[in-house]
Amino acid sequence: MTNRSRPLKTRLQLIGQYTGHYAVLCAIAVVCVFPFWWTLVTAISTEGNIFAFPPTFWPKAPSFDNFIEVFKAIPIWSFFRNSVLIAVFTVFWKLLLCSLAAYPLARLKFRGRKLVFGLILATLVLPSEVNFLVNFITITQMSLVDTYTGVILPNVVTAVAILLLKQAFEEVPQDLIDAARVDGASEWVIFSRIMLPLITPWLATVGILTAVESWNEYIWPSIVMSKPDEFPLSVGVLYLRGTFGSSTRVIAAGTLITIVPTLLAFLFTQRFFMRGMDGAVK
Amino acid sequence: MKLAHRHTVQAWLFLTPALLLLAAFSFWPVGYGSVLAFTDYSLIRETRFVGLDNFRYIFNNEMFVSGLKNSLMFLLMVPFVQVGAIVLAVLVNNRLPGIRLFRAAFYVPVVTTVSVVGIMWGFMFHEQGALNYVMMTLKLVNAPVGWLTNDSLALFAVMFVTLWRGLGWYMVMYLAALQSIPSDMQEAAMLDGANRWQRFWKITVPMLRPTIMLCSILSVLAALKAYQEVDVLTQGGPMNSTFTALYYAYDQGLKHLKLPRALAASFVVSLFCIAIALLCLRYLKPKHR
Repeated sequence: MTNRSRPLKTRLQLIGQYTGHYAVLCAIAVVCVFPFWWTLVTAISTEGNIFAFPPTFWPKAPSFDNFIEVFKAIPIWSFFRNSVLIAVFTVFWKLLLCSLAAYPLARLKFRGRKLVFGLILATLVLPSEVNFLVNFITITQMSLVDTYTGVILPNVVTAVAILLLKQAFEEVPQDLIDAARVDGASEWVIFSRIMLPLITPWLATVGILTAVESWNEYIWPSIVMSKPDEFPLSVGVLYLRGTFGSSTRVIAAGTLITIVPTLLAFLFTQRFFMRGMDGAVK
Repeated sequence: MKLAHRHTVQAWLFLTPALLLLAAFSFWPVGYGSVLAFTDYSLIRETRFVGLDNFRYIFNNEMFVSGLKNSLMFLLMVPFVQVGAIVLAVLVNNRLPGIRLFRAAFYVPVVTTVSVVGIMWGFMFHEQGALNYVMMTLKLVNAPVGWLTNDSLALFAVMFVTLWRGLGWYMVMYLAALQSIPSDMQEAAMLDGANRWQRFWKITVPMLRPTIMLCSILSVLAALKAYQEVDVLTQGGPMNSTFTALYYAYDQGLKHLKLPRALAASFVVSLFCIAIALLCLRYLKPKHR
């Protein structure tokens, strides 16, 4: 299927040969992207309503007025800041705790290793529907309702992150560790000075996947947080629908403010998403 | 011996924080939740075991029973998601100009917040939304259709959004698997005169089998647990037509604070998940050749 065996073909010939292929790709891409496009058009239009018949698929008199309206209508800066705070702390603690857990699983021989590994794998298959309900009791009893700690804590350790980082640690050559041990380095020094720097690309992968996941998380924060000012964007954006039921342009603008960071993060770091999946399939 | 012992202590020190959190937020809720489902737990009085009372209650409750049916309806989506994702993965597994752009387009719905998805598709499905306009222009329908307000259509509309949002995720899973198939196999088959179709069925599909199994199970579980899209699109309505079993659980537990009932409902969903996952494992297991 690759064009390696036919190096003489030009790009144009290739495109010609694959016209049907491209037609199908374009059709599906339209279905995937159209809602975003329509939201964008609505958000930057100042005239007309999203529900005008026939609808406009191209912005009329584009401007940023609707965005200004969003900032006036809801505390979107706070929402934004809350989302950033939650994402930053989730990423930090997840990278720290999961890499700490992954290191001995990958490189140390110790009693109970198989058991621990089994337990971590078990969380992947355990039915987790019950978690939200009981975790809410737990968070209540820890007096963490309405706190960001309450939002962050249950998401800090995940089996997927531990597995990906374990795999990363396994790829580091044993010689490096042996040399460090001969020099008398403690396991902590080996972990923090040698291993962690070597797996930076994998830390980046887990970090970016976590950041986007955390930014997009909706159910758990909406359970834990009850004061509107403390909502993250993913929860707060629904407020627009309540307050601006009829002004679809403002809702569309708020929607864009919510998704643009994740879209940019995704577009510029696509390869990290692919790598995360690679690890998952192996 | 000494070294191994030293490592044991250190290994456990490294592992402790992660294990504590897993215990508190993954193992405890499953264990404790399963126990509470058989009690009349409430904050205001002492908890008693009530046996199967909660289960009897929910199975006599119309909301839960129709919710369970709707959750099973979501299973209809699984073949569409899986076949669609494989087709997409094969389509983008080419080194063609611009292919990365298409991969990105197909994956973008995956990285979008579900609340935003709810708002956007709420617009799309509106009686005067883009979907009705396109369908009326193409003369597929005569009058605007209330996709989310018609109780015989809403469930399918919600299912479509779930599909829209999930397809890209599975596509990337399959893409990763496709790229780990050694290319010399394809080339050898090509030299032997196998056409595209034969190569797809005789090489690609068998090599994808483990991934197909994994993704099918994941998507069956996701279908049974459908909740988020319902919450942001219809809140279970119109006339409870999109109420799913898990939606019932969260509605009872978090809004009405009837926790034991909610836990019983999610216990039932869990049992369905386990049973169906086991069935999938059994019938989709790679055959030994």
